[in-house]
Amino acid sequence: MSEQAVGIAARLRLQRDEFVLDVDMRLPGSGVCVLFGRSGCGKTSLLRAIAGLERAEGVLEFRGQRWQDRYSFRPPHLRPLGYVFQEASLFAHLDVMGNLAFGYQRVPPAQRRIVLDEAISLLGLDNLLQRNAQTLSGGQRQRVAIARALLTSPQLLLLDEPLASLDGPSKAEILPYLERVRDELALPMIYVTHAPEEVARLADQLILLENGRIQAYGTLNQLLTAPDLPLAHLDDAAAVLPARVLGHDAHYALSELAVPGGSLWIAGCQLAQGSATRVRILARDVSLALQPSPGSSILNSLPAQLVDLSADRDPANLLARLELRAEGQPSQSILARLTRRSADRLALQVGMRVHAQIKAVALMR
Amino acid sequence: MSGEDLGAIWLTLKLATVVTLLLLLFCTPLAWWLARTRSAWKAPVGALVAMPLILPPTVIGFYLLLFMGPQGPLGQLSDWLGIGLLPFTFSGLVIASMVYSLPFVVQPLQTAFEQIGQRPLEVAATLRASPWDSFRHVVLPLARPGFFTASVLGFAHTVGEFGVVLMIGGSIPGQTKVISVQIYDHVEAMQYGNAHLLSAVLLAFSFVVLLLLHRYRKGHLHV
Repeated sequence: MSEQAVGIAARLRLQRDEFVLDVDMRLPGSGVCVLFGRSGCGKTSLLRAIAGLERAEGVLEFRGQRWQDRYSFRPPHLRPLGYVFQEASLFAHLDVMGNLAFGYQRVPPAQRRIVLDEAISLLGLDNLLQRNAQTLSGGQRQRVAIARALLTSPQLLLLDEPLASLDGPSKAEILPYLERVRDELALPMIYVTHAPEEVARLADQLILLENGRIQAYGTLNQLLTAPDLPLAHLDDAAAVLPARVLGHDAHYALSELAVPGGSLWIAGCQLAQGSATRVRILARDVSLALQPSPGSSILNSLPAQLVDLSADRDPANLLARLELRAEGQPSQSILARLTRRSADRLALQVGMRVHAQIKAVALMR
Repeated sequence: MSGEDLGAIWLTLKLATVVTLLLLLFCTPLAWWLARTRSAWKAPVGALVAMPLILPPTVIGFYLLLFMGPQGPLGQLSDWLGIGLLPFTFSGLVIASMVYSLPFVVQPLQTAFEQIGQRPLEVAATLRASPWDSFRHVVLPLARPGFFTASVLGFAHTVGEFGVVLMIGGSIPGQTKVISVQIYDHVEAMQYGNAHLLSAVLLAFSFVVLLLLHRYRKGHLHV
């Protein structure tokens, strides 16, 4: 990573009773980096240490600015970041507009890169401005909290499980807003969660934390499909691929999406032609064939190379990692879960060219 | 009501107002420290603050008398400063009343600060507010019910004191003769009618204060 591309360089250590957080990481200065791990693994502590809310030992630099080292500690209010807490934590003595204006007013006008109207429309708050924080639903409150953080024109947005305390419908309500924030503002984000759904929809990079240490760091696709990491062996193990809408077929009510190495037909896609999205493919929905099989009812098949074949949790199964090649793009992988018996019957060998037959594709939006 | 009675009422209101204002100034940082510190001093300081709740007023008055007297440290200081000795003056009465009413102001403030918790301050910090800015614009407005309760209790408690006043202030009209002392003097002089009148005023006052406090707390239940 070049110096310019590095957003955060951190070597931090934090001890709380039995628990030790000890990380050494360099994150890019753009995109969404998800901190993923079980509860108690130190995700929130790490985020709070980056914000300066928790005083860890070590060195922390953001875009070349030193935020802390052995001799200095820049307090949170002097770090140009936004923070969204798990509970929206709106100020009870202020209405929605007062909450939004709180941080906005404290940023010198010359440093403002997002104005009130922009944040209000981005998070859909027009009708809530005069409301008291207590009269809002959980989802509305969290939208106000996100807008409030954005209005400080942060150079880095930290989000600590912003959806964890919400019910299912509220989660579904907020995710599109978060995607808009990601897509419309060039703002690096660090997002803490333990929900795979949020990882699949939002993450560009992924950091796996375990017992206060970084277990793995990489792009979303790399880590989801890495056979030596636990994610690939979950029941719902899945790969996420970038996709672009090529067109819609009204007759069959299907849409064609370009993905690395080919295209996929899916139903129920409302997105405009040309728009970028993501698709998720579960390992258990992929089967392998040595030849393209025109005699099958399976709609989607992608040519791929078998790059790894390893034991899965269930002794009857193997997990195959398949690389999809695309000209001029970094290669992406998908997973296939198959029985050991099938693998032997096909005499699968690492390096073989195969056809991934995909029974189901979920559109991540 | 005699002129002396009215004078006692006026003096009492003046004393209670001065004491309440000074206590709010002094107790806000103290209560903030008590609410937030993890220091080992928290428990002893908290106990010291609460002492006037259980000590007999005469005991407080006695020690304050020694403290402010010619041999006491405060007495020597005030003498050296050219103020003279504090016992049996209005200033002495203010200091004594502050000690006596201290817990009634510190404790509601401390509770209010504790209820606010850490989170609003963290939010304010991530919204670029310095610690002082956060205190002014987040803590103070959120703690308003606590300030109201503290003011009312501090004021009312000062109005009602007797033992400490008697020890420190005596009964100099216009200087230290507050309502409760005036009532005592009336009773001593067998002027039961006058005593009744002043007592009824205090009784009504206490009732109204408690009623207001109750109303206000109900209105701010979810703050």
